[in-house]
Amino acid sequence: MTSSPYITQPTSVSIIMLKVMLALIPAIIAYVWYFGPAILVSLTLASITALVLETAALKLRSLPVKPYLMDGSALVTAWLLALSIPSIAPWWLIVVGLFFAIIVAKHLYGGLGNNLFNPAMVGYAILIISFPVPMTHWAAPSILAGHQLGLMESVQYIFNGTLSDTLDAISTATPLDTLRTQLHLNRSVGEITHMPIFGTFGGQGSEMIALFILLGGIYMWLARIITWHIPVAFIAGLATISGIFYIVDATHYASPWFHLATGGAMLGAFFIATDPVSGATTPKGKIIFGAGIGILTYLIRIMGAYPDGVAFAVLLMNIAVPLIDSYTQPAVYGHKDKQS
Amino acid sequence: MSRTLYQFHGGVHPEEHKQISTQLPIAVAPVPAQLIVPTRQHIGHPSKPCVSVGEYVRKGQIIAHADSYISVATHAPSSGTVTQIGTHAMPHPSGLVDTVIVIQTDGKDEWCERQPIDYRNLNASALRNRLRDMGIAGLGGAVFPSFIKLNPGVPQKVQTLLLNGGECEPWISCDDMTMRERANGIMAGAEVMRFMLRAENVIIGIEDNKPEAIAAMQQAAAQCTFPVEIAVIPTLYPSGGAKQMIKVITGKEVPSGGRSTDVGVATFNVGTAYAIHRAIHHGEPLISRVVTLTGNIQQPRNFDVLIGTPMNELVQLGQGHPEKVTGHIMGGPMMGIELARIDVPVVKATNCVLVKSDSLFPPAPAAIPCIRCTRCADACPADLQPQELYWFARAKNFDKAQKYNLFDCIECGCCSYVCPSHIPLVQYYRYAKSEIAANLAEHKAADHARDRHETRLARIEREKRERAEKLAQKAAAKPATETAADDPAAAAKKAAIQAAIERAKANQAATQPPNEPT
Repeated sequence: MTSSPYITQPTSVSIIMLKVMLALIPAIIAYVWYFGPAILVSLTLASITALVLETAALKLRSLPVKPYLMDGSALVTAWLLALSIPSIAPWWLIVVGLFFAIIVAKHLYGGLGNNLFNPAMVGYAILIISFPVPMTHWAAPSILAGHQLGLMESVQYIFNGTLSDTLDAISTATPLDTLRTQLHLNRSVGEITHMPIFGTFGGQGSEMIALFILLGGIYMWLARIITWHIPVAFIAGLATISGIFYIVDATHYASPWFHLATGGAMLGAFFIATDPVSGATTPKGKIIFGAGIGILTYLIRIMGAYPDGVAFAVLLMNIAVPLIDSYTQPAVYGHKDKQS
Repeated sequence: MSRTLYQFHGGVHPEEHKQISTQLPIAVAPVPAQLIVPTRQHIGHPSKPCVSVGEYVRKGQIIAHADSYISVATHAPSSGTVTQIGTHAMPHPSGLVDTVIVIQTDGKDEWCERQPIDYRNLNASALRNRLRDMGIAGLGGAVFPSFIKLNPGVPQKVQTLLLNGGECEPWISCDDMTMRERANGIMAGAEVMRFMLRAENVIIGIEDNKPEAIAAMQQAAAQCTFPVEIAVIPTLYPSGGAKQMIKVITGKEVPSGGRSTDVGVATFNVGTAYAIHRAIHHGEPLISRVVTLTGNIQQPRNFDVLIGTPMNELVQLGQGHPEKVTGHIMGGPMMGIELARIDVPVVKATNCVLVKSDSLFPPAPAAIPCIRCTRCADACPADLQPQELYWFARAKNFDKAQKYNLFDCIECGCCSYVCPSHIPLVQYYRYAKSEIAANLAEHKAADHARDRHETRLARIEREKRERAEKLAQKAAAKPATETAADDPAAAAKKAAIQAAIERAKANQAATQPPNEPT
């Protein structure tokens, strides 16, 4: 005996997570194209690590492993973290990051659905605070690098850290990093963005990845995996505040286009801030949540101690979610006239 | 004629499966050997039997009278002999029993005397009583006695009579077929209702997945002497819910806890309009209804079924099951109830009997944790936040659940339907609602008990005081009477002793702790 309804839509959490990963694939292909196959190594490493950690956590908690592992949430966390840190980062960086993401941020809070903070961003934050040097050691775009690492070389580099003679050529600071340090040298934004590492809007190559992430995000919106609220509010928030600064002083502040096309902006807008578990849930709340992340991302970028601000912005807004949700409850049917 | 339509929030569009039961016209189901007629087929009070065992009854004869305000009469659906007045299982998920009148039919199907009702020349109250005695109750699902809703109360309060032909639940097609085949009858019923309510406009809302019904109703509307508007609304579950349909057609929202008449609309199912037509123009009480028999059977079809027909006999009319039967649902797959047993009677609320199989209704996968994806909130036609209500219900945080308007949930099932974690959300809300209701009842009972206890204590206290006062008075009066009769010194001494004893007693009574039983 059951109770109504007796039918359900054939969607499942696994399918949703699978579609999220599917949406990332174009950006990953672009990543390989512009920065070499190292990202494939780090994604594989991250996936295996996440599955092992998830299995261990489920076993320790005496939960059934298969249905929970099948939900795909651990893999999504792994991919998002791998895409947020340098692809040529040493192997232990990913392992440590995922330990904090999956064991601490997720399972110690009660597992899937119970985490207050975005697991991938907790992992990222721990890494950038604890290991700032390898975390700012990014692969150089292929067209600027003297030598692009092949697949085997990437494996060797990630696991052994050797390959010293070409080291300088394969790694570089990110555009956000460069902008930041060069601004301290009193150069204007216009001069800085003419450096070869910069592309049309953002970084050389990375701006194309951002574009593909945007396309993946649009796919997720069309596939109804996410609603428009958080990404649009995030982009609007980031664009507005960076636009204001840019209008006031274009020599010291980069354009909104630059901010949207660099760092974790697009990944943050479509794939990270939209994590349903740790994000706001009401339509109005999603807009506040997204806009908050966009604004905080910018403020951290230009005023904070770290080059990018997406992770900290997301975590800060995660804290505010219960408050946002409780103050943005939509009017219920039959209550609207009373409220207006 | 076209009208501006509005949208209600949310809704879902499950596979319809309506086609399979609309291929054949409505068939009249045979008279079963035994009719099990419940005395209560609606919310409200059961009717009171007025026949006795062994009595011969004719088709349409009253066998139980309405027994309170919210009640309607019950009639013999066919002629035969009353063999039992007792209890029988009802179509209810927990196999609840209720009073029934069992009639052994004689196959003659002989009518009692039928008299059309001259409704235009009858005073309003008499007309409503006639409808009550005709057993007319809403055939949409809630089965509310219609005559109560046809009481407009304040004149001109109801401007719009809205007939609901939405029929948004998948699989069900009884309203669709009724509209196709009995459009003129529905209009005739609408005319009576319009007259009773003094409604200005009549609107019939039909989902756009029923083109034949729309055409038939439009044709019937063209022949009407009063203006009728056929509002074709988008197919979206649950637009057949009265509140949702009112929103779609008028843009107004029925206030929470209020009724549709608060926004000037009276809503009835199209089948109810047809039943009123039969009652008024043919003098036939509500003794049968159209039931969709569908799902895992060879011949899905709509049948005009006598109330009281055992459902297992109805199911046999479907000519067997292609697959293994895994259960029976009364109603649709979104809001219907799974029957514990199927020897239960067809009642006025039985719009559909849906036979289940594993391939048509696969069991839901095991639930996994909620990821707060808010698909439920996007689908909720009451604009609730089901993911929050789920959390509160699970945590037994019922105050919070009520604050988030738990009781505005219409239990349509949209949230459970879309949940990717396959959480049976609606079950949690039903649980929370029943817990709150139980708590409330317990609270009331406790209040009542406390009141009673306090009253009792006060009474005991008062009685003690009175007794003590009386005794004291007696004691004071004694010396005078006793001195006259006996030796004055001895009497005075005795009286003094007696008075002291009484004083001590009174003292003791007064100082006794109040909650100690005496």
